[in-house]
Amino acid sequence: MNEHLQSIVQALQERFEADTYEFRDEVSLVLRPEQITAACQSLRDDHHFELLVEETAVDYWPEQTPRFHVVYRLRSLKHNLILGLRVPLDGNSPSMPSITSVYANANWFERELWDMFGIRFEGHPDLRRVLMPYDWVGHPLRKDYPLGYEEVQFSFNFDEINVRKPYAQE
Amino acid sequence: MGVEQKLGNMGVVTTKLEELVNWSRTNAMWPMLFGLACCAIEMMATQASNYDLSRFGMELMRASPRQSDLMIVAGRVTRKMAPVLRRLYDQMPDPKWVISMGDCASCGGVFNNYAIVQGVDEVVPVDVYVAGCPPRPEALIHGIVTLYEKVKGERIKDWA
Repeated sequence: MNEHLQSIVQALQERFEADTYEFRDEVSLVLRPEQITAACQSLRDDHHFELLVEETAVDYWPEQTPRFHVVYRLRSLKHNLILGLRVPLDGNSPSMPSITSVYANANWFERELWDMFGIRFEGHPDLRRVLMPYDWVGHPLRKDYPLGYEEVQFSFNFDEINVRKPYAQE
Repeated sequence: MGVEQKLGNMGVVTTKLEELVNWSRTNAMWPMLFGLACCAIEMMATQASNYDLSRFGMELMRASPRQSDLMIVAGRVTRKMAPVLRRLYDQMPDPKWVISMGDCASCGGVFNNYAIVQGVDEVVPVDVYVAGCPPRPEALIHGIVTLYEKVKGERIKDWA
């Protein structure tokens, strides 16, 4: 990784006592939930990481605890650098501070994470479902959510599946 | 006999009421723009100049359901979109027909999960199903022609 990024990563490591996680020369810092707003603020203001490319989450149930890792990807257009941030979160009512005050486009990313994983973001101005219907129960992208598929309609279960299709019998 | 002999070539044609009404319905059936996903691209391609839909009377696709007769459901319908689809179908005036274009609208297609409605006939009554992922423009035109034959076979006792 190039020296500029190396110096930035070292500065952040000293400030937050964070580990790094490298994968095929892309660097990620592993932070704690309460440190994330301060880290993003310093990255945006001091080190010119203007763009939050994406904010997603991974569910490692049941192999790992903590179960969720929220992954941020920041990009510096001025210096042409990519940096990742990872925040491990526990599975029982996961919640962490929101970074919408730092990066405004995190608004819909965090709404999607609430919808799909059930991760609450404190300080988010408008936390509601964005992909599923507003009265949906459950968080679909968790590993213990059922697939919700429909059985293939063979002749032996033809009538059971036809019950759900009222207009198909004309 | 009769009327034509007396009037000569004054331009009078006699026909049955059913045939007249069905002919006028098929010759100018206006579809509603309901392209949801990838099948919409094929619908646009069918409307464009290479495979022309205007020669079947569908010169324009109305965006408003109040002014259209045919709803071509092109693409996958999510559970969030299904009530909207039903509402637009209810806003279309009679007589109306529905073509379910593509695999996702007919049976859920490749997406067999919690988010996609498995076949749009859970929501609206469908007249013609067009298979394909996406169906070629010729397949969609075949579906439209099949619908026309169905409309031409309608009888007075079905309307009243």
